[in-house]
Parts: sequence; structure tokens; C-alpha cells
Amino acid sequence: MMDFSTLNPVAIMVALIIAATPLLFAAIGELVVQKSGVLNLGVEGMMIVGAIAAFAVTLETGYWAVGLLAAMAAGAGLAALFAFMTQALLSNQVATGLALTLFGLGVAAMIGQPYSGVKAPSFPSLNIPGLSDLPVVGRLLFSHDYLVYGSVALTGAVWWVLTRTRAGLILRAVGENHDAAHAIGYRVGLIRTLAIMFGGACAGLGGAYLSLVTTPLWVEGMTAGRGWIALAIVVFAAWRPWRAMLGAYVFGGVTIAQLNLQALGVSIQSQYLSMTPYLVTILVLVLISADASRVRLKAPACLGRPFFASG
Amino acid sequence: MPDLPRLEKRKEPSKVMAWAAPPIAVICTVIAGMALFAALGKDPFETVRLIFIDPLTTPFSRAELLVKGTPLVLIALGLSLGFRAGVWNIGAEGQFIIGALCGGAAGLAVYDTPGIWVLPLMGVAGVAGGIAWAMIPAFLRIRFNANEILVSLMLVYVAELLLSALVSGPLRDPDGFNFPESRLFHDAATMPIILAGTRAHAGALFALFFAVAGYLLLERHVFGFSVKVMGQAPRAARFAGFSQARIVAICLGISGGLAGLAGMMEASGPVGQLVPALPVGYGFTAIIVAFLGRLHPVGIVLAGALMALTYIGGETAQLMMQLPAAAISVFQGMLLFFLLGADVFVNHRLAWRRAA
Amino acid sequence: MTPLLSLSGLTKRFPGVVANADVGFDVAPGAIHALLGENGAGKSTLVKMIYGVQQPDEGAMRLLGQPFAPRSPGAARAAGVGLVFQHFSLFDALSVTENVALGLPADQAGRDLAARIRSVSAAYGLPLEPDRIVGELSVGARQRVEIVRCLLQFPKLLIMDEPTSVLTPQEVEILFRTLRQLRDEGVSILYISHKLEEIRALCSHATILRGGRVAGDCDPRRESAKGLAELMIGAALKPPVARDLIPGAVRLSVNALEAPGEGAFGITLRAITFDLRGGEILGVAGVAGNGQDELIDALSGEIPCAPGAIALDGAEIGRLGPDGRRRAGLCVAPEERLGHAAVPDMSLTENVILSARARARLAGGGVLRLGAATAFAEAVVAAFDVRTAGVGHAARSLSGGNLQKFVVGREILQNPRVLIVSQPTWGVDAGAAAAIREALRDMAAKGTAVMVISQDLDELMELSTSLSVIAGGRLSAPRPAREMSVETIGLMMGGADA
Repeated sequence: MMDFSTLNPVAIMVALIIAATPLLFAAIGELVVQKSGVLNLGVEGMMIVGAIAAFAVTLETGYWAVGLLAAMAAGAGLAALFAFMTQALLSNQVATGLALTLFGLGVAAMIGQPYSGVKAPSFPSLNIPGLSDLPVVGRLLFSHDYLVYGSVALTGAVWWVLTRTRAGLILRAVGENHDAAHAIGYRVGLIRTLAIMFGGACAGLGGAYLSLVTTPLWVEGMTAGRGWIALAIVVFAAWRPWRAMLGAYVFGGVTIAQLNLQALGVSIQSQYLSMTPYLVTILVLVLISADASRVRLKAPACLGRPFFASG
Repeated sequence: MPDLPRLEKRKEPSKVMAWAAPPIAVICTVIAGMALFAALGKDPFETVRLIFIDPLTTPFSRAELLVKGTPLVLIALGLSLGFRAGVWNIGAEGQFIIGALCGGAAGLAVYDTPGIWVLPLMGVAGVAGGIAWAMIPAFLRIRFNANEILVSLMLVYVAELLLSALVSGPLRDPDGFNFPESRLFHDAATMPIILAGTRAHAGALFALFFAVAGYLLLERHVFGFSVKVMGQAPRAARFAGFSQARIVAICLGISGGLAGLAGMMEASGPVGQLVPALPVGYGFTAIIVAFLGRLHPVGIVLAGALMALTYIGGETAQLMMQLPAAAISVFQGMLLFFLLGADVFVNHRLAWRRAA
Repeated sequence: MTPLLSLSGLTKRFPGVVANADVGFDVAPGAIHALLGENGAGKSTLVKMIYGVQQPDEGAMRLLGQPFAPRSPGAARAAGVGLVFQHFSLFDALSVTENVALGLPADQAGRDLAARIRSVSAAYGLPLEPDRIVGELSVGARQRVEIVRCLLQFPKLLIMDEPTSVLTPQEVEILFRTLRQLRDEGVSILYISHKLEEIRALCSHATILRGGRVAGDCDPRRESAKGLAELMIGAALKPPVARDLIPGAVRLSVNALEAPGEGAFGITLRAITFDLRGGEILGVAGVAGNGQDELIDALSGEIPCAPGAIALDGAEIGRLGPDGRRRAGLCVAPEERLGHAAVPDMSLTENVILSARARARLAGGGVLRLGAATAFAEAVVAAFDVRTAGVGHAARSLSGGNLQKFVVGREILQNPRVLIVSQPTWGVDAGAAAAIREALRDMAAKGTAVMVISQDLDELMELSTSLSVIAGGRLSAPRPAREMSVETIGLMMGGADA
């Protein structure tokens, strides 16, 4: 018989948000990249270099802000390599993204060697006197660390830019029909490169959150497949920013749920519980892909197709 | 405006570059690798010698090339067929694990029973397990249009957890002091050694056999032709009457089966039992091997040998020069990057535009 | 009078080919000036230079007497040049307003854009709803979006690239009215087309390009269509060979064929019923996007259909895929050469295996017979005068006309009982086009049942013994060709189009 009295809903919600935030950063970045028509499978690699960059720089300098900047730079830097290969050299996007992941994991492991198992300095949280002390609501809405609010703000900003600004319109057009965009005179390669680097910076931020807040230490390979789940979230969200936020929270929720099921004394071997996020991702993928007409109407029509400037 | 070189599509693919790209990529990687080693404070020439030359000098390490190269070549052969068709099986690592599980479980089920039929039974079980695990992304893609990259990849994590769960539970060695590992396989369930005094087992012969079979399938059989057509022009494949669903299923089946076989042979050969640490990333490295070998069976054998060299040499460099293990992953990632870059020039050439 | 646009000595070279050599002519203000030429004559390169996509290697341009050398399409637009693309530069998932905004500089794409679209489009007889999603519009309406996008920038020179190839005769009339209205307002129009009758009706000047050079200037109102064609091709046109084709027994019988549309904007086929007899050529006319793709895919077996819908020589073939139907005697040459009928990077030998494996016995028990395939490819090349360096070369190294000859020839040499071709001479030079039409007539004369789907009405009138029109996924009952006129067909084509 499960004992629900040991559950603390507020604590669970907070844990859920902490689990979801790195996913949200990475997913929002990849969403922008895919809207421009590029499929970047290197999210895992970009996240983990962001994680080690943030960890190492924060530890060495003592300033988490500098650490975050380092994470964004690391992610964007790796993404720039991907952009060069796929936009300038027109290499296969799937293979290049995989190479990015392998390379990123290796580089991060190398740089992270001296930091293995070291604990990170604590990351500041929001503290508004009065509001933050309110029961339930205080903890739920007003006591998160800055990056959580940052992730929500980022989601809103991406939504606004994509749907309400000319820059967002041009980005969407490039992903929709890169030949037409080129014929009108827009620089497809440049726009995609900027989108790719933005995606890299966001993935780097997601990784930084992992190593600074979620599990504040450095372990080789600590992203543990989250980059791939972020990719799944983008498809789950049908390339819409607010839906990506929902997706990140759903996936964060699954992770928390299985941890709590363990705590409730549900007697299944822990490995089977750990499988659930991955199985849920597959289920979600099947559900949204099966509705073929919807995906085709919403997926950027040029997604994954290389652009050959025909003069 | 500065003079910028532009990429122009060639009238037709360059056969010269097709063969030259992999060696060019290797040379560039070695140079970049030397810079990396120097940056880490190691003597670049010494390191390169340790990694590339030394393993070829002793019979034992030459045999180790076969040990490490066999699973890489087997898996890469299967992957290359799918990649040519646009079927991206990124979860070969998972199929490898399930193959090891099924083959190993079969061997454990007849524990201590001698007989020449034990290994073939395990082989069949391993292949079947790999195929079954690969049929999941195949079915989901054919029926629901679900992206096989993400499905097969998620299943890698599931397979790793499954291995860990079973080895801590039903398959655990009862005399093993509660360690999460299975019994050591008995003699009839162990791969026969083909070079005395080494770990090189009969799997190497299978790898060569499948390389030849793969060549014949690709170049001389309608199915190989249909794979090539589907990868280059899916509408033309439909025009030719090739069923996309059939190609997806067979490609994933073949790569799953070969990965499963590799897993079973790894478990019953060099490792000798089922342990959670069985998967060492062959399924992912094989992707590099497949591309490095230009998705061609002959190239894959050569590329597999090269990658095995970097593994063995890398281990030596780790021991002798304290080179970090992750440096080899970086090296392998760079190899793939350089190859993808060089590959561009098969279909394109640089044209220098006069600034107007 | 100062010419609006003055070109002199324009030359542009690419590796292996000189696209334009010493091209020069003047466009007067307030004139509709035709630019004529076959495919490969250099028209599109010239237009790209005028629109700023490419820069000339030699030569100069002047717009209203001032030096004109745009470095980008944006610069050309700012100077007053507008271009309506042949293959529309539109974004299907975005609205009309968004599509127009993308073609305008940022400062002109403000909040009042939707209202301006409504008023300008109505003023020129091309009404548009700004909030509609472009992907849902008909082809004619999409062209209006392209045109309105140009008009909102008040161009002095409007370039129209093959504008009527996708329009019904009624839509062509509406377009001509708009163009004449613009001309009367002082806008010049550079009208690129190969439709000689249209040019004679609309244009006051014509420049003919051939092989990258100017082959002639004239007033098309005073030249005959034949004269213009001779200037284009450089040799006298052969009149078509009159042949009496006597239809024989019914070979292909299609009964109430239905098929769903493919993709988000596909056309559903309904109640397609017709009989195709040996020795006859059935022409299927229709504006692009009315179900031609679905029709040929359903007949070839690429799309599955219900049992009982299709029978060949009395035998049911509805359940068979493309391979099975070929074995039964049905061969198909689809519209898209590279990517559908042939794999661009594969050799001609390999491309032959694509469709001829069954009928030419190129694969025994699954094993490929490469020697036989090479021989078959060489036979096609020889019989149809395909200019190529060899059958081992990639399909994409062939010119459009030669590849089309290869594609059609590959099907013909399989000796099918029924041959279906789609857009057989689209984008093909006149010499190759004539050869292909001749080959189709020969097939019919030998007793093969031939069906030709084409957007080129003149071609269909020349080739067909009976004619039918496809519109909105429905096929009209075939009628003898001599009973049909361009007017009747045009009305039937426009009937179901929004």
C-alpha cells in the first residue's frame, strides 16, 4: 500500500522545475535552429561542453555570471563548427551532428578530468522579502534560482521574436523555402549560422544549469542523454515555443515521478523505473508522428535539407 | 569585397576524391591530434608512434587489432547499408547489448553442458535479439513515421538499464558474492581462439565473411541497388517499384542482427561473462567506422582496422604517457569531422570568384 | 527618347559554358518587350544580371540613362526593377501578407500592409485576401501574390518570367489586361516567354536570344509565329508529319479510379474512367496542380488503388505495384526527370535498371546482370540520339533534352503495350522535342496504346487522336481531337479551378 503522506507536492513541483529547466534551455535553442531548417543532432555535445565550461570557470573565477557566459560561449563555439561544416561545406547534417556529440563529450571529459567529483559553489536564488516567504506560493513562484526565471523569459522572448518580428519572419521563411528566400535576396547560410549558434548558446546554458544547480558537481557524461530528450521535446512541441515549455515540464515530471515512486516504496528494481523517461519519449514521438498531416503542416518544410545556392 | 572561394557542384561525382577523402581525413586528424597532444604537454611524435606504430610491432597487439576490430567491422557493415538508404540506425549500441544478453542468456541456460551446438545456439539467439531490438524503431517508423534516430537512441539507454537489471537479478552468478555479474561462460560457450597465445577469436572470420557478403549484396544484388536508389532519390525508388517499408525493415534487421552477433561474440569471447560494463561504445564508434569506410565494405574493413589501432594505441598511450582516455574520443570525433569535410569535395569543387 | 533599360555588351561566363555573349538591346519606356529563346539560350542568366543575383563579367547596363549595376536583388528592387519568378518564390505555410512583407524592404512592411495589399491588388484586377495561407491558394492566385509583391514597390520595369505556363486561358486574359494597364501607366514590362502567339498578341518589341547571343530584334506584331520560331531555332521548322492512326482494341481500361491526394495540398482523384486503345494517342490537358501527378502515380502503381479499377488487356492490375504493372506491359515516363525518372548521381547503366529490369531481363533471381544493362543503355543512347560522353556517366551530366530522350527511350525500348508519358517535352529544346514526339507517334503507329499528359496545348493538339481534360481531380470523357478547340479546352481547364 503506497503511503502518500510522505509526498510533499510543493517539493515535488520544485524538483520538477529544476529537472525541466536544462531541458527547456536546450529545447528552445534547438527549436530556433529547426525553425530555420537545420537539424542539429549535436545538442548533447553542446550541453556537456556548456556544463564543464560553467563548472570550471565558476570554480576558478568565483563568479557564476562569468561561468554562464563561458557556457554560452562554449556551446556557441561548438555550434559554430557545426554551422561551418553544414552551411559552408554542405556536409551531411545527421553525421555532422553526431560527430559534434562525440567530439563534445570527449572534449568535456578531457577538460573535466581535474574536476571529477568536485562540488560546485551554490547558485543564487531569488529572494524577495515578503513574497518569497509566503507558504506554498512563495516557494513555488518566488524562490527559484535566477536561471529558472531566465528560461521562462527566454521562451517568451523566442515566441515573440518568431511570431511578431521581421527577423523571426525571415527565419521562418528560410526554414520554409530556402530557395525562395535566396531568390528574394536573403542570406540563407548566414541566417542559419546565427540560428545554429544561438541554439548552441542555449544548449550550453542548459548544461550549465545541470552542473551548477541540478546536480551541482561535475561527472563525466552527466548530461545522460538529456540532449536527445531535448530533441524529442522540439518535435513534441510541434515547433512552438510555449509547447516546448510544456514538453520540458512533462519530461522533467516523468523523471521526478519515477524517483518518487521509488521513495514510495514501490518495489520495482530501480533500473526499470529509470527506463520510464526514455520509454515515454518514444511514446510521445509515436503519438505526434502518427498524425502525419499535422506534422507536415507545422514542420519547417526544409528541415534537414542542405541548401545549395544556385546563384 | 574579398575574393571568396565558392563551392560549385561538379558535373558528376569525382571518383578520385571518393578514394582520396579518407586518407586525407586521416592525415589531417593526425596533424590536429599532434597539436592536441602537444597542448596536453605530451611529445606529439612519441604519442603518434605509441598510438599508430607500436601496436603493429608485437603479435599480441596485432591480434588485439582483430579483437577490437571485429565488432567495429560487423556493426559498421550493417549500419552502412542503412545509412545508404537514409535509414539512420543510431542505436546499434542497444542492439549490441541485447544481442549479448540473449546470446549470453542462452549460454547460461545450458550452463556446463558441452557440445558443439552451444555456440551456434548462442549466435542465433544473439542475432535474433539484435534483430528484435532493431525491429522496434523499424516498426514505429513504418507504421507511425516516428524518427528512427530518436527511437533507436532511446532504446540504447533502455538496453543498458535492462542489462544492469538482469545481471543484478535473474542472471546473477549465485556463487558470485552478490556482485552484479553473471557466471563465467563455460568452455563450450566461449568463442574459440584462432591465434594461439592471443585473444583473437573466430569472430574475425565472421567479420571478413560478412564483408565479402556485404560487397556482393551491395554491388551485385537488386536489394543493394534498391538501397542505393532509396538513399539518393526516394521518389525514383518508388518509381522503380522498391518498397520503402521493406527496405527500412531489412536494413534495420540486418544492422540489428549484425550488432547483436557482435554483442554475443564480445560477451562470449573477450569478456567471458555478462556484466553491466559490457558495452564500451562500439555501437557509436562503428558509426565513425562506417563513414570513414565511405559506407563500402572494403573501406569499412580498413577503417575498422584503423579505429582498432587508435583504441589499442590509445590504451598504451594512456598507460605509458598518462594520456587522458577522453583524448581518444576527441581524436575519433575529429576524424569524423575531417572526413565529412573532405567528403564535400567528392561532389563539389572550389571555384575562385573574381571580385567584380 | 531615353530607353528605360539599356544593355550593351553583357557577357557572363561559367565553367565550361558562355551563358551570355555580347548581349545588348534597349527597352523603351511604357512598352511590353518580349525576350524570346529556347531553353539554354541564356534568358535566365540575363534576367539574373538585371535583377542583381549575378554580376556580368563584361558590359554595362543603364536604367533611365543612369549607370545600373545592382549587387543584390534588394538593390535592383530599390532602383525600380521588379521580378515575378517563373517558379514562385513563395512560402506555403505563411500568409499572403507575410509573403509580401518578405519581398519588401523593412520600412515598407508596416502595419498597414494588409490594407495596401487589398487596395493595390483590387486596383489592378488581381484581388487578394491578405490573411489567406498561400499554400491553400490556387496557382493563379499565387501568381497574383508574386505580382502584387512587385507592384507595391512601384517598379519602373517589371520582368515576367514565363508567366502563363501555369494559367488557364481566362487567367491569361486577366493577366494581359493588368499588363496593358501597367504599360499605359508608363511601366515597361520585359516579358519572357516561348509562347509565340501570346507574344504576338501582347508585345510591341521582341529580342530573340540564341546560344547566348542576340539573334534578332523585331516587332512581333508584324512577324508570323513561324518566323519568330525560325529566328529562335535558327532553321526552318519542319511541319508535323500527317499520319492516320486507326485505334484498335482496348488495351487499358480504367473504371471509377479513386486515389487520395498526396501531401498537405494534394488533389484527390475521383471517378476517373476512360479506355485507352492500341494505336491511339490520348492527350490529357490540364493546368499544373489539378491531379496530373496523382493520376500518373495511380496508373503506374506508385499509389495503390482499389481492385477492379484498372485492367490491362482484360487482366486486373490494380493490386500490382510498378514492377508488376511493367511485367504486364504498362510503362511510364514521369514528369520529373532528375529525382523521379532517374537518379541524378547514378550512371545511365544503373538508371536503366530502375525501370527495365523486368522487361529487359536485367536481374536473374535477384542478381544484377550488369553487362545486359550496359548493352540496353547503349541501345537507348543509339536509338534516340542521346548526346552523352558514355553510359557510365551520371544522369545529371546530361542536358535536359538529352536526359528526356533517354527517359522516354528507356520506356519505349521495353516494347510496352501501354505507354504513359507526362510532360514529355517540358524544358526540352525544339530538336529533342520533335524527336520525342516523333517517337511517340511511331509507338502509336505500331499499335501501342499511348497516353500523353501535358500542359502544352499546342503539343497535345499536334499529337493526339483524342483529348481529355483533367481539372480538380476529375477527368473529362475523351473526345476525338478534331472536335476540340483551344477555347473549349481552356474553359474545361478553368472550370474547377478557384
